[in-house]
Order: sequence, then structure tokens, then C-alpha cells
Amino acid sequence: MTALPTPSQTVGPFFAIMTALGSNELVAPGAPGAMEIHGQVFDGAGDPVGDALIELWQANRAGRYAHPADDRELLLDPDFTGWGRCHTRPDGSFRFITVKPGPVPGDGEVLQAPHINVSVFARGLLNRLATRIYFGDEARANAADPVLVALGDDARESLIAAPDGPSAFRFDIRLQGERETAFFAI
Amino acid sequence: MDGERMSVHPPQLYPAYRSTVLRAPSRPLIPLKPTLSEITGPLFGEETLGPFDDDLTRQHAGEPQGQRIIVAGRVTDGGGQPIPHTLVEVWQANAAGRYAHEADKHAAPLDPNFTGGGRCLTDGEGRYRFTTIKPGAYPWANHPNAWRPAHIHFSLFGPSHASRLITQMYFEGDPLLRYDPILESVPDPTARECLVAAFDTDLTEEGWALGYRFDIVLGGPGATPSEDA
Ligand SMILES: [Fe+2]
Repeated sequence: MTALPTPSQTVGPFFAIMTALGSNELVAPGAPGAMEIHGQVFDGAGDPVGDALIELWQANRAGRYAHPADDRELLLDPDFTGWGRCHTRPDGSFRFITVKPGPVPGDGEVLQAPHINVSVFARGLLNRLATRIYFGDEARANAADPVLVALGDDARESLIAAPDGPSAFRFDIRLQGERETAFFAI
Repeated sequence: MDGERMSVHPPQLYPAYRSTVLRAPSRPLIPLKPTLSEITGPLFGEETLGPFDDDLTRQHAGEPQGQRIIVAGRVTDGGGQPIPHTLVEVWQANAAGRYAHEADKHAAPLDPNFTGGGRCLTDGEGRYRFTTIKPGAYPWANHPNAWRPAHIHFSLFGPSHASRLITQMYFEGDPLLRYDPILESVPDPTARECLVAAFDTDLTEEGWALGYRFDIVLGGPGATPSEDA
């Protein structure tokens, strides 16, 4: 018997009451391999979205997810869950401290380029928006990534975080408009 | 999956809910064949829970104002399999319809004995249970004389990144339901009804609290839990 999935509803503007759980620091600043990912969320008018909730889910530096479905024999770091959340400030900005994930398997034998899985929630979004952060200094891996190569130029470009200073990347999220971020049905 | 999304979940753009107009993506979502990235997701254990996280009436020195209620149900996947040990987060307004949040400017009283946030893990059979108070309706600026029906916000993770869901639970019999564009954005009336918790005499505790039942079905390709998840 199959049941209808429960429909999605907006997170609304008051989710901070529940975000006591979770941190935007997936690793401590200064930890080995620590880097910053920052950016801003914009709406279709180009205005900052100051009430969005951004969540990350990622593999560790070795490319392993802390989840039983990933049973490959790669180093698992007990202190790294791979999950974090951050709500945007009034200027739409968010900031995470994390590590760059290793490559993870894709379909068949193909490896996927290092990427972080992102969920975006906000007032005015009736559904969670799922996207991915790839890294601008991984040109060769990106060129072979099965998800990226299937995208058009603009969509692919929207998923690649630009190096922005030492150990930092910039990733802006445009919900709507000409330079709209690519969002996935997952 | 995409067809299911169309019929069960709201569209991205629903102009009657004004905030969607400048925030809804204009391009169709890009189909993504699930990989390890989608079928894995964060897992949470008992260490994430505090002592009164599942009882929102006991988080302060005194008891909050309002009608004490129990909200409980089961979290399952689309095949009816329970999703055990998964995190459920809730947040809500107080009995007067005011959130303990600085951005809530509604001229209704705060309750010093109510914050309105809670969390719990489902048990081995996918069951969860909260004790709280019935939230009040509150006005919002969406359209003239707009009021949100009483609701509790729910956040669920399930077994994978793909199963992540944030939704809202409403109360059976609320006359505001049919005027609410957020609930009405769900196109299928049967799916809409899934968001309305039913009064439940079995959950109701004599002389203590009214019971409401709210079952939740998570989608996603990783929706069948592994044994040790
Ligand atoms: Fe609300």
C-alpha cells in the first residue's frame, strides 16, 4: 500500500524558535582543512532574503557520508556529522565553516566532483529548494561530474562557488530571475 | 517523483500567497537521479534532546496559558514502513497567537511560560508525541483581514537528504482553514486534508489534555529505512 506523501508548507518567518539545534560551524574555525563558505540569498528583484534557512549535508574530507547507506571503507571522523544550518542575516548573508568534501560515487563507476548538498527554506518558498555547491578550484573534477555536465552553461555556472580569499568560497543563491540558481527535484 | 511532486506538494508560485511572487524559482526543477548524496542524510541521536524538549508546557517555571493538548502520530515512508529514531522539530505561536520571536509584531501578549519550540525522536515504530498548548490564530499582512489558522510548524529529516520535509499541522474544524492561501496552495484536496490533525479520543487524557493525531508520510528515494539507521 502506498500513501500520499505529506505536502510541504513554507517554513515561515519564525523558524528561529527551533534552530537552537544545529550550527553553521561543521568544524571549528582553524581545524585541519577548515574553510569558509559564504554568500547571500537574493529574490527575483535582486533584494536580499533576510529570513532564509540554509542547511548543508556533505561527505567528510575522505568523501564518506556519516550514514549507514555509505558503507565504503573510508575514514569516518566521529566529530564530523556533515550537517549544518544557518539562517540568513537581514542582508541575506550566510556563512559556514566546514571542510571540502572528498569525491563521492555517482551512477555506476563515475565519481562525482566534490560537492555539498544544500536545502533552502524561506517565507515565500512553499517547498524546500535543493541545490548543490561545487568548487571553482576543481575544474577537472567538475568537467567530469555527471550532474554538472548534464546542465546548460548558466545552470552549471550557478552551482560553482568562486574562490574568495584564502580557504574561502563565495556561493550566492538567486531564487528567481535571469541568473537563477539551478534547483533539483530530488 | 516529479508528477507526484506536482500533485501533492504546492506549486512554487502561488500568487494568492504573496511572498511567493518574488521568491518562487521561475524555471522547472531539474530532475536528479538519486546518488549517494541524496540517499544519505543527517541522523540524530538522544544526545540532541534536552529534558523537556517534547513537553512545551514544562520548559519554564510556570505553566503556559491555553488549552493543553497532546499531538502525536506516526512517521512512515510512502510504503507505510515506519521511520524509526528520526528527528521531529516543532515550533508554534502561544495561545494568544504570538511567537516568541523578535520579528513578530502582533499586538497579542507574550507568555513568559511559553517559548514554543520542541523536538523529539520517533521511537522504534516511528511514533512521536508532544505535549503543548493549542496555538492561537494570528493576523498577517498577506491580504486584507488575513488570519493564519491555528497551526504547528513541523520539521522532519527522515533517513535521507531527499526525505527532508518542513510542513505545518492544522486543527480539524477550524473555520479559518478555507481562507488560508498557504494551506490552499496544496492543489489536491485529499493531500490538503493530510495536514489537518484530527481530534482523537484515544490520545485525549481524562481530566488533563485533548489529543490530536497527525501522521506524516515522507517521500524520497531513501524512504525505506535501513535496519540500523
Ligand atoms: Fe506560523
